Amino acid sequence: MSGFQATAGHGDPHSLGHGAAREHLPKHGGGHLVSKRIVTGYGFWIFLLSDIIMFSAFFATYAVLVGATADGPSGHDLFDLRNVGVETACLLLSSFTCGIASIGAMTHRSLWFYGAMTATFVLGAAFVGLELREFAGMIAQGNGPSRSAFLSAFFTLVGCHGMHVSLGLLWLLTMMAQVYAKGYRDDILRRILCFSLFWHALDIIWVGLFTVVYLMGVGQ
Amino acid sequence: MSHSKQINGVDLVDSAPGDEPVEDDAHGLVAYLVGLGLATLLTAVSFFIARTTLVWPPSIPVALCVLAIAQMGVHLVFFLHITTGPDNVNNVMALAFGVLIVLLVIVGSLWIMSHMNHNMMPMDQIMQMQR
Repeated sequence: MSGFQATAGHGDPHSLGHGAAREHLPKHGGGHLVSKRIVTGYGFWIFLLSDIIMFSAFFATYAVLVGATADGPSGHDLFDLRNVGVETACLLLSSFTCGIASIGAMTHRSLWFYGAMTATFVLGAAFVGLELREFAGMIAQGNGPSRSAFLSAFFTLVGCHGMHVSLGLLWLLTMMAQVYAKGYRDDILRRILCFSLFWHALDIIWVGLFTVVYLMGVGQ
Repeated sequence: MSHSKQINGVDLVDSAPGDEPVEDDAHGLVAYLVGLGLATLLTAVSFFIARTTLVWPPSIPVALCVLAIAQMGVHLVFFLHITTGPDNVNNVMALAFGVLIVLLVIVGSLWIMSHMNHNMMPMDQIMQMQR
């Protein structure tokens, strides 16, 4: 057993697992079989990177168009850093609670899992709510996406991230329902792994977003 | 609370190679806590720097970029568990390729578009030509 673990940990170039996955790899096979969990996680990692590449195109569009305000308001006039700070805190804390939930799922602790997933949902929903309120306020003042190229790019970039978070919330509820109905099965746990990767990646994109859009926008 | 042992035992008997890891949860929790602390610190510094008058103003965007990249690194290591270990080579290679493409798209777009802006005729002259 310990021999297996040593091979899996160091000698096997295919054991590209996340975190502690490698210690539990070779229940079957001689150490060169890659576990399905690792293959799934790696595939989802590739998807996430391509999603980030898509976001980079939106970031580039925004950065090119940030000065094209067509005599309309710029970020300096529109953005409220207090609101953005609360949004950032919500998303960062939800990333943390999502990590707690994945530990809870892997150790089969229902209280941790359901509690942390609920906290993640509440924080994520608060984020989406704050963002929708910000959008609604801007549109009500006549500063909707059709006002200027800058605002088109702003709503595309920030709205695309918000839509990812909203879809993530749906996925989160699905995972809670699946664990409730089917228990901590391997395939369910793989889906939870993918969900937590997705949620953490959204937080990484938000770091770039609040820096480039809001903090630099207010400074200009 | 934890009926885990029993289910775990059943799972281990007939699980596929891809069975779930039983993470050392104390260690995992510490990683998430450290990540949360570092990320909070970097975020707070970013928000502070964006509005402060203490530093030379043109340096603020550079500082913000550095802080953002540092925070992304913190998220990658402590939340996504991308490490430099031998078990993570493929993950890191994929990440490196993604970063390369992201940099090409963003830096390339900004570079090309700033040149085109620079070389474009001023708007009032274009308007006059259209009359």
